[in-house]
Amino acid sequence: MRIKLEKRREPSMAMLVTTPIASVLLTMLIGIVVFDLIGIDGFKAVVDIFLSPLLVSYKWQDVAVKAAPLIIIALGLSMGNRAQVWNIGAEGQYVIGALCSAGVGIAFGQTGGFFVVLLMIAAGVAGGGLWAAVPAWLRTKFNVNEILSSLMLTYVSFQVLGYLVGGPWKDPNGRNFPATAPLADSQTLPVWPDSTVHLGVLIALILPFVFWVIMARSEFGYQVRVVGSSTTAARHGGFDSKRTIWATLIIGGAMAGLAGAFEFVGVLHKMDLGFPSGYGFTAIIVAFLGRLNPFGCLIAGIVLAVTYVGGQMAQTSVHIPNSTAGIFQAMMLFFILASDILVRYRIRLIASTKAAGV
Amino acid sequence: MSPDFIIAAIITVVGLSTPILLAGLGELVVEKSGVLNLGVEGMMLVGAISGFAVTVYTFNPWFGVLGAAAGGALASLIFAVLVLQLNSNQVATGLALTIFGTGISSLMGLSFTGRIVMPFTSVFPDVLAKHDYLRLIFGYSPLVYFALIMVPLTTWFLKSTRAGLILRAVGENDLSAHSIGYSVIKVRYAAIAFGGAMAGIGGCYFSMVITPMWAEKMTAGRGWIALALVVFAGWRTGRLFAGAYFFGILMALELYAKASGFSFLPSQFWAAMPYAMTVIALSFISSRGTAGANAPACLGKPFLPST
Repeated sequence: MRIKLEKRREPSMAMLVTTPIASVLLTMLIGIVVFDLIGIDGFKAVVDIFLSPLLVSYKWQDVAVKAAPLIIIALGLSMGNRAQVWNIGAEGQYVIGALCSAGVGIAFGQTGGFFVVLLMIAAGVAGGGLWAAVPAWLRTKFNVNEILSSLMLTYVSFQVLGYLVGGPWKDPNGRNFPATAPLADSQTLPVWPDSTVHLGVLIALILPFVFWVIMARSEFGYQVRVVGSSTTAARHGGFDSKRTIWATLIIGGAMAGLAGAFEFVGVLHKMDLGFPSGYGFTAIIVAFLGRLNPFGCLIAGIVLAVTYVGGQMAQTSVHIPNSTAGIFQAMMLFFILASDILVRYRIRLIASTKAAGV
Repeated sequence: MSPDFIIAAIITVVGLSTPILLAGLGELVVEKSGVLNLGVEGMMLVGAISGFAVTVYTFNPWFGVLGAAAGGALASLIFAVLVLQLNSNQVATGLALTIFGTGISSLMGLSFTGRIVMPFTSVFPDVLAKHDYLRLIFGYSPLVYFALIMVPLTTWFLKSTRAGLILRAVGENDLSAHSIGYSVIKVRYAAIAFGGAMAGIGGCYFSMVITPMWAEKMTAGRGWIALALVVFAGWRTGRLFAGAYFFGILMALELYAKASGFSFLPSQFWAAMPYAMTVIALSFISSRGTAGANAPACLGKPFLPST
């Protein structure tokens, strides 16, 4: 017997939907076994990381607030990935977006209100988009690989953050701590009464529908998919792949910037060195786990947010480091990537043609 | 500037350059075989903790280095199986490896926090290693010399050996190499494992030489600098060596600027320089057709033979 791979004519819809779910379940199962082996109560750890945040109602708002940036960033990234454009610098675009938003806030001093908040968010979108425009320009002009350039710019963005919050934007009343002054109340996003759930969460729930319409129903969405499937086909169809590179990178950056602005205006209200929290990198997992589908991103964003919140809970209950959640996130991604082959290929067991016992 | 200051500065630069040189050499070989492994940071962290753990148990830093190499190589094999056997996306898989390595290393490190290991004893007699001036040449950890020896060795391997030629052929045109009868998959397995081992050794430089103790996320993004370095060097070993020391100088400037405020520019400027320089260098390399050919043609693309 040997295993033979047969390419499917169409990607398998059933596999496309079931493999992400199987990946999550398999991750939980392996988590239980492995943690037990190293002497930690595996069942409790997995329940804490994957289920507790959903079972305890006061953790729901934490999940929602953490899911929002993941969903928003993943939506933009998955559009790029569809076009075979690999922006892995979303973390940097997220930081720069938030910084632009903070810049507007500082410029207005204590003045707040609807238009100031709107302007801050618009600045975030523009900042993230512009930061992503650099890799787009380098790719289209000099043929620079956007994976490397967007990643390098992420590290530059951290230094920009460090410089601004430690220098010109440092809070004069902040005991010399490198952070900006907190926003005035009138400069922050509205929140649901008695919770931390801000307006950005609602927008994160609406955006998947917008992206679905763009990707499935608009000519631009069609163009993205054609460019992604084959550059030659795109050329024959009269599509400009350079324009697609520009558009998808800038949209990806703008979404990351939007998420950064929401995080700043809606959650943290000040910028400090701890602002880059890895959402931009985790969103890449979200995009893949969601199979680059807008609604998939929505669900995957919630799943990943649960593991974040659950990781923190497990830290106190079973005393495992916070980064353990990272092991689970990586495992999910490993499984989803491994299972890709089931989507594109059919696995057949065929009797070996050679005589047995060679 | 006193001579003492200059000697101390040079020693700092060497210390900062060595880990990225080690990891960069490994990644260069991986990329030459046509594979882009973004998991360097994760493999370095796994190497850092495995090297440390082995040293704690064996009381021998040399075994520790072997442990670090084995740890890094094992971590890289997860990536290799997914990318080579299951044709998964290299970017996403490499990224997953970094997240995984970060997590698994802090979990492994739980019981090692706060412990200290035996440092390396110098390979040279104290007369040389502790001498006021001669320590500039003889006063380093054995890993520094190992890294320096690996530069010409890697160059020789890639340029002058049959195996190196096959490896480059696989990276330039995997389908042709396959049709001549070379096993693309096996070559890439070997390259990825070598990259993992070198990243692991680079990582253990942090836990066994610089501090010497274990701390979570102690490689602090140097894996990404190593990746930048390979691109900055245009996939050439000689330039990689020069680049590692150039980046080392920039990192030292950052440290000095932070510590004493000596610099006329903020420390963040120096910290951002390696990345900004890489982007600029990349633009030059990519826009010039001839030098751009130095980038392995199959870099990052899955190997899909028709049979």
